Amino acid sequence: MSVSFLISQAKSVQKVIDENSAEIEVLDQKIGDGDHIFNIQRGLKLVVELEDAIKDLPLAKALNMIAMKVLSGIGGSSGALFGTFFMTMAKSSDLDKDVNFNKACEMIISGIKAMKERGKADVGEKTMMDVLLPVSEKLNELKNESEFKPGLNEVIKIAEERMLSTKDMLATKGRASFLGERAKGHIDPGARSSQLIIDTICKSVINN
Amino acid sequence: MKKFINNNDDFLKESLTGFGKAHSDIINVNLDPSFVSRKNKTKDGKVSLISGGGSGHEPMHGGFVGHGMLDAACPGFVFSAPTPDQMQAAAEHVDSGAGVLFIVKNYSGDIMNFEMGAEMYSGKNDSIITNDDVAVEDSTFTTGRRGVAATVLVEKIVGSLAEHSGSLEECKKLGEKVNKNAGTMGVAFTSCTVPAAGKPTFDIGDDEMEFGVGIHGEPGRKREKIQPSKTIVGNILEAILDNLKPEKNEKNLLFVNGMGGTPLTELYLVYEDACQILQSKGIEVTKSLVGNYCTSLEMQGVSITLLKCDDEILKHWDAPVHTAAMRWGM
Repeated sequence: MSVSFLISQAKSVQKVIDENSAEIEVLDQKIGDGDHIFNIQRGLKLVVELEDAIKDLPLAKALNMIAMKVLSGIGGSSGALFGTFFMTMAKSSDLDKDVNFNKACEMIISGIKAMKERGKADVGEKTMMDVLLPVSEKLNELKNESEFKPGLNEVIKIAEERMLSTKDMLATKGRASFLGERAKGHIDPGARSSQLIIDTICKSVINN
Repeated sequence: MKKFINNNDDFLKESLTGFGKAHSDIINVNLDPSFVSRKNKTKDGKVSLISGGGSGHEPMHGGFVGHGMLDAACPGFVFSAPTPDQMQAAAEHVDSGAGVLFIVKNYSGDIMNFEMGAEMYSGKNDSIITNDDVAVEDSTFTTGRRGVAATVLVEKIVGSLAEHSGSLEECKKLGEKVNKNAGTMGVAFTSCTVPAAGKPTFDIGDDEMEFGVGIHGEPGRKREKIQPSKTIVGNILEAILDNLKPEKNEKNLLFVNGMGGTPLTELYLVYEDACQILQSKGIEVTKSLVGNYCTSLEMQGVSITLLKCDDEILKHWDAPVHTAAMRWGM
C-alpha cells in the first residue's frame, strides 16, 4: 500500500460508485432517507481532490489527511464510519517501512474493527457491516498465504453474497430499523456501496 | 423540483449566511466548520448547551440559539449528521469553563458524530440523547426510538436551567427528565425533496398518509388512507397516551409541530382537536406550543408532543427566552 495506490483506488472507486449511483439512491430511498449516495460521492470527490496535497507525503500523514477530510467533509453515519476507518489505518505502526500485502490486510482489518466499535453494529443487522465483517475475516485468513489472488477472488464473492443477503434481513441499526418488516425485500444501500468498493479494489489488485 | 436554489453545493452556505444576517442581533454564523453561536459570549460559570443535526429541520437547531436556550448549534448537510470538527469548534468557541452539554437526537449518524466530537473536545462535557418518538418500538437490540420534536422542549427547558446557574450534572438530569416525560408521534401527507436528490424521498398517493413518520421523510409505522383530522389526532394521541400514561391531576404541555408544508390554520385546528380529545379523557393541558419548530423541509404533516410537567419543568418553560425562532418574557 502506497499513497499513489490510495489515490488510484479512490479514482477507480469514484468511477464505479458514480456508475451505480442511481441504484444506491433508490435503495436508500426505499429504506433510508436518501442521503447515503450523496455522502459517499461527496467523500470520494474530496479524497480525489486531495491528490496534489498528499502525493508526496509519507503514508501515515496521507492517511491522516484523508481521515480528516472524510470525517469533516461527509457527515452522517458514513462520514463517522469511514473517517474512523482511515484514522485507525493511519495509526498503524511501521508505516514508514514497506507496507506489503500482509501489512495492508492487517491495517484494513483493524480499520473495520474500529468501524464496528464506532457503529456498534454486527453481522445480521442490515448495514454495511454485513459485508465488511465477513470480508475482514477472510482477509485475516489470507494475510499468511503467498498466493493471494484466488483469495481475493473469494473476497469478491463473499462481499457479493453478503450484500445480497441483506435483502431479506430486518434492520435493527440505522434509519432502516424504524421500518420494521417493511425494510425486508430491499438490499441495504451501505452494504451495496461497501461491496462495490471492495469489488473494485480487489479486482484492481488482482489485475496488477 | 421547485426550490429557491442557485446551485446545490452552495445551498446550505447561502442559507446559513442569510440566517446570520437576518438575526445578527442575536447570533453569529461561522462557516468552515459551520456552527451558529450566540452573539454574546457565554457568561463565566454558565454551562454551554450545544445541539446539532442535519439541516432541513429549520428552525431547529440554529433558530434556538440565544438567551435561555442553546449556546451553539451545528448544522449538517440536509438530513445528514454534522461532523465532529463542527462540534469540537463550537465547544471550543462557547465553553466558558463550566462545561458543555451536547443535546443529540437519537439517530445513528448523529450519535456517532457527536461521540467523536466529544472525544476530540478536551474540555469537560457530557451528552443527552433525546428519543421521544413513540412510533418506534424500543428495544435493547435496536437503534431504538427516534429523537424528534421534544428535542425543542428539552433545549428550552434545560436552556433556562443553564441560564439559572444549573451545573452540568443538573442540566443533564433535567434534560433526561424532560425527554422521559415526553412522547411524540407524527403523520405526513406528502414526502419532501432533498435538494441534492431533486425528487421526493418517497411516493405517496393523493389520498394516503404516512402514520408515525420520522423527520427525514423516512417512512413510519404504516401507510393509511387519510381520515378526518379528529380521527388522525385521536390515533396519534392514543399512541402517545399509551406510552406516557399521564395521571389525571398531572399538568401537561401540548405541542403541535408543523413539518414545514402545513399552514398554521391547520396546525391550530389540530391543536383544538387534541385539546378536546385530551379534555374528554380528563387530561389537563396547561401549556401550549403551536408552530413549525422541527420540520422536514416542505413536508405536509404534523407531529404532536405531550410533555408531562412538574413544577421544575413549568418554571423553566415559562422563563425568558430570546432566540430567532422562540421569544417570550424579554
